[in-house]
Amino acid sequence: MARPKVAFFEFTSCEGCQLTVVDSLQTAPELLEAVEIVRFREAMSEKGEGYAVAFVEGACSRPGDEAALKEIREKAQLVVALGACAHLGGINTIRNRHELADVRQAVYGDKADWYDTYPARPIEAVVPVDAFLPGCPIDRHEFIRAVKALLQGRAPQIPDQPVCVECKLKENVCVYLRGRTCLGPIIRAGCDAICPTYGDGCEGCRGLIPSPNLDSLKQVLAEHHLSPDETLAKLTLFLTYQTMAMEAAGDGTAKR
Amino acid sequence: MAQPSVRIDVHHITRVEGHGNIVVDVQNGVLKQCDLEIVESPRFIEAMLRGRPFSEASHLTSRICGICAVGHATTSLRATEKALGVVLSEQTVLLRKLNFHGEMLDSHILHAYMLVAPDALGVGSVVPLAKSHPEVVRRALRMKKLAGDLCAAICGRHTHPIALTVGGFTHYPSASDLEQLRARLEAARADVDATVELFQMLRLPAFDRETEYIALHKDDEYCFIDGEIASSDGGAWAVEDYRKITNETLVRHSTAKRTRHKRGEYMVGALARFNINHEKLHMKAKAAATALGLKPGCTNPYRITVAQVVEIVHCLEDAIRLTDQLLERGVVWEEPAKPARLSGEGVGACEVPRGVLFHNYVIEDGKVASANCIIPTGQNLNNIEADMRTLVPTLLDRRPEEITLSLEMLVRAYDPCISCSTHMLDVRFV
Repeated sequence: MARPKVAFFEFTSCEGCQLTVVDSLQTAPELLEAVEIVRFREAMSEKGEGYAVAFVEGACSRPGDEAALKEIREKAQLVVALGACAHLGGINTIRNRHELADVRQAVYGDKADWYDTYPARPIEAVVPVDAFLPGCPIDRHEFIRAVKALLQGRAPQIPDQPVCVECKLKENVCVYLRGRTCLGPIIRAGCDAICPTYGDGCEGCRGLIPSPNLDSLKQVLAEHHLSPDETLAKLTLFLTYQTMAMEAAGDGTAKR
Repeated sequence: MAQPSVRIDVHHITRVEGHGNIVVDVQNGVLKQCDLEIVESPRFIEAMLRGRPFSEASHLTSRICGICAVGHATTSLRATEKALGVVLSEQTVLLRKLNFHGEMLDSHILHAYMLVAPDALGVGSVVPLAKSHPEVVRRALRMKKLAGDLCAAICGRHTHPIALTVGGFTHYPSASDLEQLRARLEAARADVDATVELFQMLRLPAFDRETEYIALHKDDEYCFIDGEIASSDGGAWAVEDYRKITNETLVRHSTAKRTRHKRGEYMVGALARFNINHEKLHMKAKAAATALGLKPGCTNPYRITVAQVVEIVHCLEDAIRLTDQLLERGVVWEEPAKPARLSGEGVGACEVPRGVLFHNYVIEDGKVASANCIIPTGQNLNNIEADMRTLVPTLLDRRPEEITLSLEMLVRAYDPCISCSTHMLDVRFV
């Protein structure tokens, strides 16, 4: 059987998810036998033509990215969003809350119009996506499981329960009891609760669970002395795009 | 004889981090254009920092780069800590140094083995290398895993660190974590020796061009965190005076800003550190430099990779020393040191794998009011182009593919981190 051709692409991102892919080879070198990688600019000079699976890292943040994304969508049978920037827009969307002209001026001064840009979006806002691997960065074990599932013709299983479930299974002391705050109750698990395990609260990089109880979480944050500004900052580190969508929908869940 | 005309246009250089193009245009023997274009999309990190809580800055800025995430986070923390008058414990300083060695090893191994070695061994990437030289690839992956596990024991993961926080840590390695690491670091000496042997066989182009070298310097150690700025042209500056060195400018063909000091360009990174701080290297690293034929005052940019191999030796030995020191004194739970104030300005400076990195924050009432980050690759861009302008005229009798390979290898030698460098600054300090 011919090995499926796999390609990696990157848009606005730190390329940390592709580095995590490289790291996953430390524990699963057999993956290289099972697929044929035809494009991985960060690691390879060889380039192949067609591909069945495209892993896309990064957010779409300039008009020129759209045509490239659409071409990838046309060529690939499966498009997989790799990591928080592609899946959610991620930290790149923080700037969407500011006037674009101000952001450009702040960084590039009077040369701002030399450089092409517009508000950042998850790739699903531009092309249909078949599967997503959440996280900033992706979890390497979840990546290996996802590739194996795709090779077997199945969709990767991404958990729908909150981070709290995995955190309890790890027998962590709740970070709220240690004087910090955490988005765990409303954020998708699958990371093995790595941030609470290392003493920090969940920052939301894997995205919201279905039907998150945001009002309740905000109440808990207020009880732990977070101001409305601090609560908004917490929700918008990775989830600005989603927060702004909720605001636009007028459900009042995240007023400024 | 007709003067040669050559046009080279390498779209998206491979085996580098981020998106860059090489454009060379020679008409009738005259070099008309020789640019390293940076086409990475703008990131606007500094603009995004404005208005965010200071406690978030290191988590946001680590996302500038997947490879030097610990370096960005640590530099960010130093900027915040200086701005807010946070005084670190000795234990925090030791753990941060050890964490840094993990990242330095990880990044240098990735670059030397997976990005540079394929050129030396005549293949296109690490994938065919796994077939032709499986023991080399297995060794690289084994060393890289150890470096990653070292970071994970201290800060949770290398990309992106979790437990690093303003004033200290939110998690500490146990004594048994450190003992296991100690044993694995010691066992890795054989792999490091084999690495030095492998790179002794590496044949690099002979090309020298004198330039200015800039690195952080301390009198008592091979400096990676804090210190003062030193130049091979002489002089030393407090890190707060970094603007006197960097003098940033924009050019149209690059979303990354450029820097210049006394000359038109300067170099940062492993070779600059080696040239300035070689006396402070561990004795085994000095011996490795001798074995590799690397001498202080080296002006061949292709030998940056060799300087990285020397640093691999140093970082492994110093990591063993730091682990011993931590085991001897014992790691105890410490709450992170508290800020003395909620407003102020601070500059953090660290030597990250590709050279000196600066973060400069103004914090007002606990929120970042303005930020400026100056990235090693941005500082190297003018130097790379100056190398290309000197190199190309010496290659005009070669075939275009050979010229292209030489230029790609040159750019790759700098280990450019383009997603890092693209996000620039200029920030008005109000």
